[in-house]
Amino acid sequence: MPSKKAPFPPKQPMHQLPKTPTGITGLDEITMGGLPTGRPTLVCGSAGCGKTLMSIEFIVRGAIEFNEPGVFIAFEEKAEELATNVASLGFDLNELQQQKKIKIDYIHVDRSEIEETGEYDLEGLFIRLNYAIDSIGAKRVVLDTIESLFSGLTNQSILRAELRRLFQWLKNKGVTAIITGERGEKTLTRQGLEEYVSDCVILLDHRIINQISTRRLRVVKYRGTTHGTNEYPFLIDEDGISVLPVTSLKLDKPVSSDRFPSGIPALDKMLSKGGFFRGSSILVSGTAGTGKTSMAASFCNEACLRGEKCLFFAFEESPAQIIRNMRSIGIDLQKHVDKGLLKFYASRPTLHGLEMHLVAIHKAIKNFKPDMVVVDPITNLITIGSVSDVKSMLVRLIDFLQEEQISVIFTALTLNLVVNEQTDEGVSSLVDAWLLIRDIELNGERNRGLYIMKSRGMKHSNQVREFVISDDGLDLIDVYIGPDGILTGSAREAQVLMEETGQVLHTHAVDFKDRELLRKRKVLESRIESLKSEFESTEAELNKTYIEDAIKKDVLQQNREKLSNLRGKSFYDIDTTKSKNKKSKK
Amino acid sequence: MTNKDDAIDWDTDNEQTYELRLFVTGTSPASVRAINNLHVILEQHLKGRYELEIIDVYQQPLLAKSEDISAIPVLIKKAPRPVRRLVGDMSDENKVLRGLGLL
Repeated sequence: MPSKKAPFPPKQPMHQLPKTPTGITGLDEITMGGLPTGRPTLVCGSAGCGKTLMSIEFIVRGAIEFNEPGVFIAFEEKAEELATNVASLGFDLNELQQQKKIKIDYIHVDRSEIEETGEYDLEGLFIRLNYAIDSIGAKRVVLDTIESLFSGLTNQSILRAELRRLFQWLKNKGVTAIITGERGEKTLTRQGLEEYVSDCVILLDHRIINQISTRRLRVVKYRGTTHGTNEYPFLIDEDGISVLPVTSLKLDKPVSSDRFPSGIPALDKMLSKGGFFRGSSILVSGTAGTGKTSMAASFCNEACLRGEKCLFFAFEESPAQIIRNMRSIGIDLQKHVDKGLLKFYASRPTLHGLEMHLVAIHKAIKNFKPDMVVVDPITNLITIGSVSDVKSMLVRLIDFLQEEQISVIFTALTLNLVVNEQTDEGVSSLVDAWLLIRDIELNGERNRGLYIMKSRGMKHSNQVREFVISDDGLDLIDVYIGPDGILTGSAREAQVLMEETGQVLHTHAVDFKDRELLRKRKVLESRIESLKSEFESTEAELNKTYIEDAIKKDVLQQNREKLSNLRGKSFYDIDTTKSKNKKSKK
Repeated sequence: MTNKDDAIDWDTDNEQTYELRLFVTGTSPASVRAINNLHVILEQHLKGRYELEIIDVYQQPLLAKSEDISAIPVLIKKAPRPVRRLVGDMSDENKVLRGLGLL
């Protein structure tokens, strides 16, 4: 089978340069595995930039973490001084020496004691080095700072020849070595050591910008392998050196399609998925006093109510202040703090440089392992670094948080009222969702309008909502869109009132008409009644004349009969008059 | 031998015994030259007033550490004080003498 022909795993082809991990946070990522195994590496930089520390950390971590004993040849500091200096980092050099894991040798060359009387070589150094390496089986060697020899001995040609021999000897010995060198005026090192050590050169730098110092590291060259070529900020703290890759080189982070609500139901309704994606970054930007912190606190509160852990980085207010202020809008953060779900990390931005902040944030996150992180506000960081510095820091922070699947809420203060399509830090392109709170000024009143500028991966409402902060918390209200445009605040209230008034008037008018109709009907009915009675009276009148006529006739007839009787009238005539009378009576 | 009771003895230093240690590496050319040159100089200027110990660092690497040896050959003048180190093959006689405090 053809596949059996290659016993080497594909990750490690035969020709690939073997590397020795340094164990220094971040450095192994930049160098893609560490320093070249069995070859010398030059670490150069100006005074106080951390050369010695980096090399001692290489030795100590090698001994502790990788079980590779190391030899440290110090030309500048005595072994005891060195042990004291790094004790603050938690490295116990004396104990490691006793365990035969490391060996420290102090080589001192003092010009005032020395008289050069002819040719010599540095065989003594070789012998000591050899002895030290062999006595503990060292795999790592540090020479710090070998250039001190140049100040003690004057014969340059001998020294150079011997150094060349030394580096060759180290290679033959197969130890991974770090040689430190002081930065020169035009060259990387004062004595041009880079001529001899050409496999890997790391340059350390210490710059002060705006009174805040930043250490940087750059891999100047690394023969036979790819490496990060940027300048990477690094810092030295109680855990040693931490190098922070500016950006992770790949974009292959896992993503989650879980969603979490914001704590403002109306806001969730504006998003088609009913919330934001877990592990996404949300930027809340707005002008001063638009409620950015309140919004962030609301996210926080909701997360804690779900039982998630939340870490709040406050760069503006103290935790007590935030808790007090949020209580006024009905958000009780104190109980979350008591439960240990919420933790504040407050510091003034000017406390230390951006890198230090970033590392502090990294550390706090690694220790607390939160599900959500709030950084409030990122704008304050601008006071301690340039815009591009802040941006690069935020890129790395977002990068790191996405890797850890931690949702993050940034708040940013936008200073310019007109141009707010971009935040000052230009992070809007980095974040997954962007909420913009904008002041809407109308009728001498300032109201807050909330826009969802973007929300990756979900449909979202394009409408402006009025962002209302009340005693009961935060809410979003649909703004009134009338013929005069958008109405907010009291104008909206007035409009609502006006509509209510109109309604009342309308009902009143309708009622009035109904009553009018009723009255008309009554009038009509009464008229009908009167006409009827008029008709009756007329009829009665008419009847009356008829009856009167009949009576009159009757009476006349009777009178006539009476008269005729009186005159002795015939029988026949009496009968006919009687019948006629009867008829008329009927 | 001078009289110890003399009130002024300008030659005390000269009378003191020199404690010298020469560190060499086997029979390397520089080491051999250093041994030869040193012998000549010492015989000439400090005859009978010195104790020279020649140490092969290859044989005793631990001494290299305790004596803080880097450049070789090296002659360490332990006494009289101050301690001086003379590096090289001792071919420059003036410098050797100055290093030993004889000039």
